[in-house]
Amino acid sequence: MGGLPAGVVPQDQHDFALWEKRVDALMVLGSGKGHFTVDGLRRVLEDMGADAFETMTYYERWIAAINQNLIEAGVYTTDELGRKMTEVAARGPTYGDACRD
Amino acid sequence: MPHDHHPHRPDDDHALTYAQQMEIAVRELLIAKGVTTAAEITAQIAAMDARSPANGAAVVARAWTDRDFRAALLEDAAEASRAMGFDLGPLRLIAVENTAEVHNVIVCTLCSCYPRNLLGLPPDWYKSRAYRSRTVKEPRKVLSEFGLHLPEDVQVRVHDSTADMRYIVIPQRPAGTDGWSAKDLAALVTRDSMIGTAQAKAPPVL
Repeated sequence: MGGLPAGVVPQDQHDFALWEKRVDALMVLGSGKGHFTVDGLRRVLEDMGADAFETMTYYERWIAAINQNLIEAGVYTTDELGRKMTEVAARGPTYGDACRD
Repeated sequence: MPHDHHPHRPDDDHALTYAQQMEIAVRELLIAKGVTTAAEITAQIAAMDARSPANGAAVVARAWTDRDFRAALLEDAAEASRAMGFDLGPLRLIAVENTAEVHNVIVCTLCSCYPRNLLGLPPDWYKSRAYRSRTVKEPRKVLSEFGLHLPEDVQVRVHDSTADMRYIVIPQRPAGTDGWSAKDLAALVTRDSMIGTAQAKAPPVL
């Protein structure tokens, strides 16, 4: 990416949503506790390919990278994640509904 | 500042996205496994929210007014900032000083490494493909898009951050601020001036 041609730097700014702040916190806490490294996250982000940069937002990419690293580290299994994802979605149609707290 | 006047959290009342669904699932699994707690996550978010460019501005203003501190900051920015009471974690940090001859600007071509402990979370443009791609190749053009037009005889130094090594720019102290206190000076030190995409603000004309 560094050195490649690209357009004008976009100046618009969005407020960080609660879920984005939570992803950031999970990244800091998970790496701080030794469950993955920033390099491990980086590898997953690079594996996503250039398309992911256009189709996913920053924290969408980061939660996917965190999840992949946690599964690889054996913190939980793909099966556990699948069941939890289903449980979360069943709680309701919005983020507020789907959060248990 | 919120953009709308909606009384609810804007992310709470839209259709659940796949990434949000995953965030909730990952968070709850980590709590269930005893990796972290809800309180720890809340505290981490509060700590991040509390970090703002005001922290970095206090460091810069002290460097402008305290010769020994400036030397310590240039020697080891993380250690000097810690000594001021800022939580730098294990972060290594290098302070680069702007002069009449040299202008510094920071970027993370890889992703989004940023002196977040002193400046808070990076702005969206810092993470954009355009900024990350072009700053290392045509920094003067990028800076001009920020309204910073540097004379040709000023050397531009671009510092590419990594997870292990981050940078903060010490902007030039504005003219006309002789005798100012560090507190007053800090109000002139903007986030962008510590990234290098702007100069520190000029003192208000009386």
